[in-house]
Order: sequence, then C-alpha cells, then structure tokens
Amino acid sequence: MLHSPGYEATTGRLAALGERPEVIAIRHLWAGYNHEPVLEEINLSVRELDFIGLIGPNGSGKTTLFKVLLGLLPPMRGEVRIMGKSVRQGRRYVGYVPQMVEFDQEFPISVWDVVMLGRLEQRRLLQPFTSKDARIVEAALRSVDMLHWRDRSISDLSGGQRKRVYIARALATEPRILLLDEPLAGIDPQMGSHIYELLQHLNRTITILMISHDIGAIASCVKTIGCLNRRLYYHGEKQITPEMLELAYKCPVDLIAHGIPHRVFPAHPMEHSPSPYPPASKPDENGCHD
Amino acid sequence: MIEALQFDFMRNALMAGVLVSIACGVIGTFVVINRIVFISGGIAHAAYGGIGLGYFFRFSPTLGAIVFSAAAALGMGWVERRTRERADTIIGVMWAIGMAIGIILIDLTGGYKADLMSYLFGSILAVSSNDLLVMLILDIVIILLATLFYKELLAISFDETFATVANVPVDAIYLTLMGMIALTVVMMMRVVGLIMVIALLTMPAAIAGQFVKSMKKMMIVASVLGMLFTSLGLWLSYTLNLTSGATIILVSGVGYLLAVAVRPLLKRLPTTHLTST
Repeated sequence: MLHSPGYEATTGRLAALGERPEVIAIRHLWAGYNHEPVLEEINLSVRELDFIGLIGPNGSGKTTLFKVLLGLLPPMRGEVRIMGKSVRQGRRYVGYVPQMVEFDQEFPISVWDVVMLGRLEQRRLLQPFTSKDARIVEAALRSVDMLHWRDRSISDLSGGQRKRVYIARALATEPRILLLDEPLAGIDPQMGSHIYELLQHLNRTITILMISHDIGAIASCVKTIGCLNRRLYYHGEKQITPEMLELAYKCPVDLIAHGIPHRVFPAHPMEHSPSPYPPASKPDENGCHD
Repeated sequence: MIEALQFDFMRNALMAGVLVSIACGVIGTFVVINRIVFISGGIAHAAYGGIGLGYFFRFSPTLGAIVFSAAAALGMGWVERRTRERADTIIGVMWAIGMAIGIILIDLTGGYKADLMSYLFGSILAVSSNDLLVMLILDIVIILLATLFYKELLAISFDETFATVANVPVDAIYLTLMGMIALTVVMMMRVVGLIMVIALLTMPAAIAGQFVKSMKKMMIVASVLGMLFTSLGLWLSYTLNLTSGATIILVSGVGYLLAVAVRPLLKRLPTTHLTST
C-alpha cells in the first residue's frame, strides 16, 4: 500500500489536518447495555474539517457509538468531550442525521415544520420561532434541493427525499459537526451520489463523522476511514488495511475489494473467482471527485 | 330539536358537547399521533378508583376522579418512558387495579348510589351551569398549554430522540401531556362516561388525521368533528329516546367508518405529481 499513488498526498493532507483543533475526543470509552459492553476501549480524535467514515458489520456498535456521542447513552467507562465540553453541553454543536426516523407514516407534519424543529435548540421553552429561523430553514432546505417540497407532508416523500430533509434539519441546527448514521440506507445510487456531493460540499465548513455497514458506499467520499467492531481500528488514513478489515469483519478480505467504485485496497492480482457482490455503480456516477 | 332547546338541560348538554369537543380535538390529536390510546383508556378506567374513594369518604367523586386519573396518568407515563419492556402490561395492571379499587370502595359504602352509572355511561343531560364553567376553564388551560408548548409537543411526538438531543425537557413535556389527558378524560366522563372516553377522544382526531397535514389543523378539524358528532348524537338520542353517551359514540363511529371508506377515493387525486424529482 505504500506504493499506492494517492498515499503521499493523503498523508500530506493528514499532517495538515493534525494541526486543526480537536472537536471530538473519545478516550478509553467502554459502552453497552445491561453491563454488556458493545464498545471496548474506543479512542478517537476527530479534528476540525475531518470527514471520517467508520464501517463495521451490523451489531458492531456503530449506532451505540453515536448514542454515546449524542448523550443518549452514558458511557460505562472512559470519557467523551465535544468541542472541549461534556457531551450534554457539547451536543449543541452536533447535527445528527438518523438512519431513519421511526414515525407514524400518517404523521401530520410538513417538510418545512420538520426542518424547523432543527431550530429547537436555539429557541427554548416559550420562545417562538423567529424570521431568522425561517431564513435558516429556507437555506437548509435549499442546500439539499428540497425547498420546493416545503409544504408537502413528510409522508409523501420517498426515502431519499426524507433523508435529505433530515440532513436539512441537522443543518438548521447550524452544526459544527455532522453525524450521519447509514446515510445511504435504502437510497438509490443516483440519489446517493447527490447526497455525497452535498456532503463533500458541506465538509468545507463542517466536520463530518459517518457510519455505515456498506464499505463501498462510504469509501468513495470520505477523507479517512476506520473499521469498528467492538473495537475501533482507525489510523487517520484513507485506506483500509486488510488487517483492519480482518479484525473488524473476521472474514476473507479479498472478497470485498472487487466491484467497489473507489479502490480502498492496494491493487493486487485478480486471480480469485468473481466477486459475489453485485457490481456497484460506476465511479463517475458516484459523484466523488477525490 | 328546536322545541328541545327550550329546556335548560338541553341547552347545557349541547354546550357541554361543544366544550368537551374542543379539549377532545386538541388532546385527541396528541393521543392519536403519539399512539397512546391504550394509556388514555387506562387513565379513564383508573379514574373509577377515585370515584369510589369519593363515595367512601364522602367527598366529590369528580374530585376523586381528577386525583386518581392524574396519578394514573403520571404513573403510566412514567412507566411508558422508563420501562424498556412490557410497559403495556404494567399499564393494563394499573388500569384494572384502579377500576377494582373503585368497585370495592363503592361496595363498602352503604346507602343509595344514585348517579353511579352516570360516571360509567355519561350523563350529558345532567350537566349544570357550574359544570359548564369548569369545562370552559379546563378548555382554556388545555388550549393555553398546547399553544405555549406547541413546538416541544410536536418535537417529542414526531422524533423524541431529536428532541432529546436538542435539549428539550422531554420528560417534563411528556408528563405535562399526560396531565392534560387526565383533565380531558375527567371532563369527558360527564358526556360519554369513562367506558367510552377513548372512543370520543380518538375518533374525531383519527378522522381529521386522514385529511389534513399539520398537527394544528388536525386539532381544529377534530374539534369541529367532535362538535358535530356530539350535537348530532344528542339530537338522535332525544328524538329516538336513546342513551345519549352511546348514541354520540355510535354517530362518531359511523363518521369514522365513512371517512375510512371515502379516503381511498380522495387519495387517488393528488398522487399524480408525486414522482417528480
């Protein structure tokens, strides 16, 4: 992997990133449910304008990690700081895009009102929303190209459109950090590339941390990538080493490399049988210009 | 109906129907979209314990019902939020115990229990001007709370996780909602009786929810539908000499079934431009 063309460039950029301030600090974190740890000894330092993708199989603790970062689950051990503050204080800087919102399909709420809820943090009890909130909501909806859907009911939207609305809601909180849980789950490739273009654009000003079980989806856009499966394997690099994947997935890695639009492995001879994975979308469709 | 209006009790009954429908529309909307119909039924039935308590210790059964339903509302709300599993079992248990306490206490109370049945099946024709005043005040309180905490109530109903992360005091808002349900339930007991409270609480809101796309509109439409159903039910019960509470519920039920039947026809219309983008 040392001979891979983009490697020096990546490390050079990472050296520059290393000087940026730390926005999320996770130290010796253990977390889980009913005294059963799902996450063990997690250490992660997210710096400003990072774009980190964490992959891991289902049940690897990805969502648990997000719950801890959002203050929804207290750690069993260890410490988490966001913008140098405790999670409860620091989560105001975090915009969260859930994998999906479990709501009544008939829930009577418009796209506009969903995104307006992103302003709740700024408008406490008994304070009404203001025209400033409306401007921010409008800008957020425009940035995800959903402004013309503002008066539609959320139940009228497709999965991809709903995802964009949730991204807009997260943006309406004016976040410094964006957490995305499976941003492409249940979304067709075209919409997926649109969302990734948007995320790369947002990454100019916002730090992004993203989790997914789908390595192909995540690898093509992020700056750095890590593997999570109870433990975190992350070295601040773009490429996943076979060792990391083997530790995380505990499966033969050479099956995974083929058919992925953006190669995350060093090139190696194609002597194995064809990949069991369906061919992913072409790189240019993926909307990533890395 | 016109000649019926010369009677005070009939005017009061109509007025009570209107006032109760307002609370029903607002609170019923929250009950339906939060899917807490079962809890609402539990609150209504547990209130019977308070009625028994009132009879036994010789104070106002309505006051007892308020205390018991408020306690049940807070207890059930707390269980719903804090217990990971089988919250519905615990709520069912509280529902039954409340009811049983009421029955036993009434057994133990000697003497003639004149208006006992009115709590079970409603007595809209016996509503006094004082009752109307209490209903008006409760309406004002409910509308005030729903207006003041509208965005928080919407937030916890739609996406509780997001509301928590936005540092909304989710538990406090939720328990406030529970308290509002308790007040509404006691108020409705006069009209349809505690056994049929959940029907009148949910049906107008459920109908409204099929046709409107915002929580506020759902409340308004549900309130208007409630007024329609109670007035029509009252008129039918007067002309056909039937029990008013049950007639009101049946009218609402017919309205609900009609709405369910009509809806697929309406749904075909606006779907044409859905596939764009």
